Amino acid sequence: MATDIAIFRGEHCLFSGLNLALGSGQVLQVSGDNGSGKTTLLRGLCTFVPLEQGQISWRGSVLPRDRDRYFSELTYLGHHEGLKGDLSVLENLYASASLSASDIKGIPAAIDRVGLQAQAELPCRSLSAGQRRRVSLARLLLSDSPLWILDEPLTSLDRHGKSLVESLLVAHVEGGGLVVYTTHQPLSLPQCDVQILKMSDW
Amino acid sequence: MGSAFLSLLKRDLMLALRRSSDWLNPLIFFIIVVSLFPLGVGPDGELLREIAPGVLWVAALLATLLGLDGLFKSDHDDGTLEQLLLSPHPLSVLVLAKITAHWLCSGLPLLLLSPLLAVFMQLPSAALPALLASLMLGTLSLCLIGAIGAALTVSLRKGGVLLALLVLPLYIPVLIFGSSAVVAAASGFAIEAQLSILGAILLLSLSLAPLATAAALRVSAE
Repeated sequence: MATDIAIFRGEHCLFSGLNLALGSGQVLQVSGDNGSGKTTLLRGLCTFVPLEQGQISWRGSVLPRDRDRYFSELTYLGHHEGLKGDLSVLENLYASASLSASDIKGIPAAIDRVGLQAQAELPCRSLSAGQRRRVSLARLLLSDSPLWILDEPLTSLDRHGKSLVESLLVAHVEGGGLVVYTTHQPLSLPQCDVQILKMSDW
Repeated sequence: MGSAFLSLLKRDLMLALRRSSDWLNPLIFFIIVVSLFPLGVGPDGELLREIAPGVLWVAALLATLLGLDGLFKSDHDDGTLEQLLLSPHPLSVLVLAKITAHWLCSGLPLLLLSPLLAVFMQLPSAALPALLASLMLGTLSLCLIGAIGAALTVSLRKGGVLLALLVLPLYIPVLIFGSSAVVAAASGFAIEAQLSILGAILLLSLSLAPLATAAALRVSAE
């Protein structure tokens, strides 16, 4: 939950007085034009960008209290996939799983699920943009964190990739997870409680 | 926490193996700078012996500085730094893993090469243990202190010069005591005092630098 937050970029106020609250099993779609501050809002929720005013609270405690707990329950997928070009798909997933303290036994299954069995041993440098996206989806699959913050998860994915993202989100939400995402392509999430946050309203 | 430390250390060492230019360039710089001195100064053994400790130490310091720029740069560029920041493990421990990996790839080879270059510079063999000991303690401190500057400048496109300006003043004590240990050993004096001070600097930077670097990384993430 975030209350009354404002973020500035230099002297320029991107938004102020923005409120959002999300409960278990809910999805929040952040929509707005290019440059309206969607990414900045998500990065603010991840505490990368300092808030000019307002606060973020998670499970009743206001950040930065219990920050480690918030981080252990948060998975962020940004514009950059966070992959090392010189490491293979498997090595990248092992490295990021041990960083986020998630289960490493599920890695082969996650690679199967995103359809990269044949590329598992290839260095990520040689993968296409869509395949790199899929590796980061596998990272999402591995995490057992309830809160997912996804910045344009559909970028450079094909049609099958899009339906993969949709099924991942639906499964996550059915399991009681929370999702905050931005997108320019509509996602069909049947039976999901989707709220829409328009950046132009703030 | 320990497993995160080890896996990050392993990841960085693996990356260094596959990307040898990152750690090889400072090393080659070190060799070139030191081996140019006998050519520039002339084959006067007495003079070379006189300036050897200073030359070796300054070259080692500059080579360390050269490699520092890339410590967090590639992680910042490909987004893995964001994942480090979001890790539930303490960021200072992860930072320490990265610095350790960096030292193993840059400081350790430099240390192993220094006896060879000391021969170039006509350094008496009695001063070799002092050179190795002072470089060992010194390069570790240099990496730890430099990491703070590298973290502060990671989001700047051309941060190299600024990084040098930021950390060089902090490097000066290490340089003074490091080279004076070698000078003392070459003239047959005791070096315990200099090594103790280098050790104290190392302990101080080991306890404070990871915390400062972690804080600097959070500031630079913006």
